[in-house]
Amino acid sequence: MTASASARPAPAAPPGVLPFIRRYAVLIMLAVLFVVLSVSTSSFLTVTNLLNILNQNAPLAIIAVAGTLVVICGGFDLSTGAIFSVANVVAAWVAVNTGSPVLGLLCAPLVGAALGAVNGAAITRLRIHSFLATLASSLVYGGLAVLITGGFLISVEAPGFTALGRGGIGPVYYAIVILLLFALLAGFLLNYTTFGRYVLSVGGNAEAAELSGIRVDRVKLYTFLFSGLAAGVAAAIGVSRIGSGQPQAGDGLQLLAIAAVILGGTSIYGGVGAIWRSVCGVYLLALIDNGFDILNANPFFKDLTTGVVILAAVALSAASKRR
Amino acid sequence: MPAATREAVAAAVRGLSKRFGSTQALDSVTLSFAAGEVHGLVGENGAGKSTLGKMIGGLYHPDSGEIEIFGSPVRRWDTKRAQDAGVVVIAQELCLVPALSVAQNVFLGRERSTFGVLHPGLVQRYAELEQVCGFGLPADAPVESLSIADQQKVEIMRALARDARIIVMDEPTSSLTADEAARLHEIMRWLRSRGTTVIYVTHFLEDVLENCDRVTVMRDGRVIRTSETATETKSGLVEAMLGEPADVLLPERPPPPSPEADPVVEMREVWSGTAVRGVSLAVRPGEIVGLAGLVGSGRTEIARALFGCDRVDSGEIRFCGRPVGARSPRASISRGMAMIPEDRRGQGLVLLRPTFENVTLPHLRGFSRAGVLARRAERAAVKELIDRLGVRPAQVDGDVSVYSGGNQQKVLFAKWLLGRPEFLILDEPTRGVDVGAKAKIYQLIVDIAASGTAVLLISSELEEVVGLSHRVHLVRQGALIGEVPADTSVDEILQRLFGVGEESRGES
Repeated sequence: MTASASARPAPAAPPGVLPFIRRYAVLIMLAVLFVVLSVSTSSFLTVTNLLNILNQNAPLAIIAVAGTLVVICGGFDLSTGAIFSVANVVAAWVAVNTGSPVLGLLCAPLVGAALGAVNGAAITRLRIHSFLATLASSLVYGGLAVLITGGFLISVEAPGFTALGRGGIGPVYYAIVILLLFALLAGFLLNYTTFGRYVLSVGGNAEAAELSGIRVDRVKLYTFLFSGLAAGVAAAIGVSRIGSGQPQAGDGLQLLAIAAVILGGTSIYGGVGAIWRSVCGVYLLALIDNGFDILNANPFFKDLTTGVVILAAVALSAASKRR
Repeated sequence: MPAATREAVAAAVRGLSKRFGSTQALDSVTLSFAAGEVHGLVGENGAGKSTLGKMIGGLYHPDSGEIEIFGSPVRRWDTKRAQDAGVVVIAQELCLVPALSVAQNVFLGRERSTFGVLHPGLVQRYAELEQVCGFGLPADAPVESLSIADQQKVEIMRALARDARIIVMDEPTSSLTADEAARLHEIMRWLRSRGTTVIYVTHFLEDVLENCDRVTVMRDGRVIRTSETATETKSGLVEAMLGEPADVLLPERPPPPSPEADPVVEMREVWSGTAVRGVSLAVRPGEIVGLAGLVGSGRTEIARALFGCDRVDSGEIRFCGRPVGARSPRASISRGMAMIPEDRRGQGLVLLRPTFENVTLPHLRGFSRAGVLARRAERAAVKELIDRLGVRPAQVDGDVSVYSGGNQQKVLFAKWLLGRPEFLILDEPTRGVDVGAKAKIYQLIVDIAASGTAVLLISSELEEVVGLSHRVHLVRQGALIGEVPADTSVDEILQRLFGVGEESRGES
């Protein structure tokens, strides 16, 4: 994607180094890490390794793409991991009980969208901050996932169930194709539709949006629905890849997704942000992870390094805001 | 007051000036406040009285001039230093921690502790202070459970706990009942008897005449005169507040609509919350109707009720002759209403988004097909409009957050004119706008009315309201207290808004 896919506040803003850094920091860091890893090890820059990294992190990236819309609209979705868990066990359960892998995999996005809509309704109807509402719903959904399976795995033996997660078009996994389509869809929504404009306005100034006749609650609800849908799509890929539904499969995904969105420079106060940068954020995290593996570095430092990188990115964007 | 205490000067300001954007809030003000006096500060909206009070309390920094507290000039003045010197401001919006108790609030920031561990004995300390004040507030009651008047007492106790010798009270009675106001005035007298200086900023002239030793009248950021209250009268004070005629030329009004014309919008006995009390008014096509009132009189709330932002408890709103059903900003806009709100940056603009997105926000349906934006048409329409209104810089991608007040306001005019509204509400359209932009906005308002749009104009600048409107409603305490024709003198309007000539003091 090009720079035009980013939703910039205003190109007329006084030119400066900091806004530039805010916009491209994640891309620069990603490129630097890419070069460093390419030079320092021979096993990094291979088609297989790169495709694997893209493939493995595609579900997370799909969640982060939708999460970007939520954050731009001024919200937070902490329940995507739990929605992933519910959707992946439902998909497995349906596939086992109907014998139809297609039906099972189709259930995941539907369940995700439904649970996302429940989040949105709770936030707008009950007027609860999305942070709290989704924190609570993530516990509810997580409990639901365990209840469905009774705490066990649901293995799917049906042939063809793993096609989505393991197959691809030539050497390109389906997951990567789906991510690409999803990111293009979200970028299109954000930049070329009335819905996207409403998302940006509601996140920028909800009161002004309300006074401009925008159904603020409805816009917010749709962003959470979209986020749930994304978690469901990601779950379909995940469950198909592993071949079994696991009630804890989504644990922790929500935090990684939000970290990626923030790494991409999307303001947690809403109103500005870009889809492609969140995707870069996911793969920056992925390269740090991959780098530790192939360099045989002490894995105890992995989380520490990731944390420092996130902190640095947030500090940079805070500095660029101050002008 | 005994002459001996009157000699001592508690606070003095010399040549104090302050600009906010294009507004000269204070213009070389020189004034002194005697120790142990209650000193009233009065003036029209925006005369600079609050600014002066806040500056003495260290909330604002003067651009030039000096402040002296008890004879020593202050340098690097801020609220902390002011408090240390014994100066406390009690602002209109009280600054208490709602969940903490009375005693905790009173000693907030003055807790006694060892290595951060609080000493016991807060209650006893409070009892000592309470003995002096005698307000009778329970030490452990959470502040949020108290009435506004009692919260004000907490603020006063807090000031005393800091050994305040100068207390600035900014419009303290605006949210009090008559009873509570009377008690507050008693407290002021008591403070005076202890030798505390009270600087009393207020709109209510009878309160000043009854409770102050001296009064200073301000206008346009300047001191007009300071005198003993005993020598003043209400109408004398109002006369002193009156400004010179505005230096901006007002454009010719469009011809008034015929009296038989059916109103576009009509309010009938509308009540909304506590701020709108039985308001009836009508605006006809091409007519500019003004609402004149002091700050806090309920002008904005009338507009918000009309536009569907606030709930209407009783009464009826009619649009184009029919009562309106579902009410929300969205419904109002679809009927053909528009409102430019009072708080341009907080309620009008989405500062993070560029000019064209702000302008088209309410009209995106017209610039899209099946939800997909026609960006070229959108930008072209905005370009044409901002060129016509003279927005500078004339860029559709302009960053509105750095625009001047006047240009931000023009962007908001563009936003609503794009929809060709039948009824336009303007709440403080020229606040914080420089003189040149003001003239353009006046012309714009007149042009809008001339094109047949009904306009409701709210402004604190009375010259503006009487100079542009065909008719002006006077608003006081949420009710319309009368209607005056165009070009009524500002003097007469002020007299009525301040209630001069009325016997009872039913206000405050």
